[in-house]
Amino acid sequence: MTSDTPSLRVQGLRVAYDDRIVIDGLDLDIPPGQITAIVGPNACGKSTLLRTMARLLTPKAGTVCLDGRSIHDLPTRQVAQRLGILPQSPVSPEGMTVSDLVGRGRAPHQTWWRQWSTSDETAVRNALAATAMTELADRRVDELSGGQRQRAWIAMAVAQGTPVLLLDEPTTYLDLAHQIDVLDLVVDLNRDEGRTIVMVLHDLPQACRYADHLIAMKAGRIVAAGRPAEVITEELVDTVFGVRCQVTPDPVSGTPMVIPISRHHQGVS
Amino acid sequence: MSLPVTIRLSTISVRVRPRGVTVCVALLVAAFLLLCLGMTIGDVPMGLPDVLTGLFTNSDAGNAYLVQELRLPRALTGLLAGLAFGASGAVFQTITRNPLASPDMIGINAGAATAVVAGIAFGFGNGLGTTTLGLLGGLLSGLVVYLLAWRRGTTGYRILLVGIGISAMCTSLTDYLLSKAQITEAQSSMGWLVGNLANRGWDNVLPLFAACVVLFPLVLGLSRWMGTLALGDEVAAGLGTPVQPVRLGLLLAGAGLVAFATASAGPIAFVALTAPQIAQRLARVSSPPVVTSALGGGVLVLGSDIVARVLTPTGLPVGIVTGALGAPVLLWLLVRANRSGSGG
Repeated sequence: MTSDTPSLRVQGLRVAYDDRIVIDGLDLDIPPGQITAIVGPNACGKSTLLRTMARLLTPKAGTVCLDGRSIHDLPTRQVAQRLGILPQSPVSPEGMTVSDLVGRGRAPHQTWWRQWSTSDETAVRNALAATAMTELADRRVDELSGGQRQRAWIAMAVAQGTPVLLLDEPTTYLDLAHQIDVLDLVVDLNRDEGRTIVMVLHDLPQACRYADHLIAMKAGRIVAAGRPAEVITEELVDTVFGVRCQVTPDPVSGTPMVIPISRHHQGVS
Repeated sequence: MSLPVTIRLSTISVRVRPRGVTVCVALLVAAFLLLCLGMTIGDVPMGLPDVLTGLFTNSDAGNAYLVQELRLPRALTGLLAGLAFGASGAVFQTITRNPLASPDMIGINAGAATAVVAGIAFGFGNGLGTTTLGLLGGLLSGLVVYLLAWRRGTTGYRILLVGIGISAMCTSLTDYLLSKAQITEAQSSMGWLVGNLANRGWDNVLPLFAACVVLFPLVLGLSRWMGTLALGDEVAAGLGTPVQPVRLGLLLAGAGLVAFATASAGPIAFVALTAPQIAQRLARVSSPPVVTSALGGGVLVLGSDIVARVLTPTGLPVGIVTGALGAPVLLWLLVRANRSGSGG
């Protein structure tokens, strides 16, 4: 299901809301089989980029190619068998159960005469197990905690069974424990199932910890891309976020840790 | 929630919810019983056996005429209008993800009503003319709502807001026409405007029947996508749903059903709003099921028509009863929606 390596490439992308250009002339290659995190300040176009890569937005110019073909020209159902997207803060209908929600992730594989195949059943069972939601399968989504609810939605995206999975701020509105929970789950999906993952993240240290590949964006352009340890420098954080900082190795993971310097805290040394 | 059961035959697999099937069968039986029961009521009271004899045989010519030409058209108009309103309500509530966004709230009934009242006021609104006008009015207002709500695609919330505006405009226009019309014309319009099954003939049944035959399969065909649309536009698109074409198709088919039903039976209040909500709770699912909602609508209209005629000797228009029953349901929905923070 996810053994073949997908390729996702963006060329000359220009995206605009009416006349306001958000992204202009952007090129990007997503490394297959890795976790890519897109970071940047508010309104830098990171979410817009992710949503365009998932064909939720149509670009004014340029292409997003999945396995060498433009996703905006492919039948949407065919794209949905190769690329999944979990939008930011989705809302489920009142009263829907977890298993019902996760089952709907199988829609791209179903037809009138194949409404619930054995592979649908296996995919849903595995998705529930991978996200530790098996026990909660019969619970209503709207009665779950924020973290469990997000895991249920990720389970739906996992059940879709796509080699590429895009996540738009999967940790927003979650408390710290649930954030780590969700990000650890994302790493599991990458390591255990070899899925290519692209996610927009708000938190820079978390992005450094969990991503193999980091893309820093500002004003609709990519400022830097590469391994977090190579990309994150004090100059880059200043350029992208406009924040002076110190970068030291994270004592737990060894990845770069960004410590902002504020007007009131100028350092002890 | 009721659990689905899968039936598999080599590569073919079908999923059904036993509870949903049970509810559908029960509603189907109820609809048939109410259909027959409704035909016992009239100037000449008849027993149920007489109705059945008149329905299926011509042994008693007078009896057969009474049942087949006078009472059956009325009952069938009620049933078909109920089916159409119920199915259309389920469609609109699902594609907008809002239980308040039924066609009677977003201006489709109101558009059909304005067109028909204009026809009556200007003197070309009887028989097939009424049907055509109602149809055009309903479809036109549906299309205007869709176009005005379009902004880089449509969202459910915009459809609801624009629809309420269009509905208010159509209602004012109807009131203006009524205030300008002669007393007799106004009375004739009022009788129709509350939703009325009195004096329905085969010329009311046939266009509506034809519309149901064409539009129901279309709605059922597109309803496959309603399961993903219920999760929101972006999730649905991510799951490979052609969101805008499916939504436009469902909107037009739903508007068509309502327009034909309104043209035949008048804008019977609250059926499109309440039937899907009742059906959803009976079937214990998370969004309104089309077939169950349709049958629920049929039962609601037929039942209300019987109540209306039993209550008063002259017979109230059916819309008054559905309105009286539907208003509390609407209030209950509003209170519930506000409580859970998802109010329209």
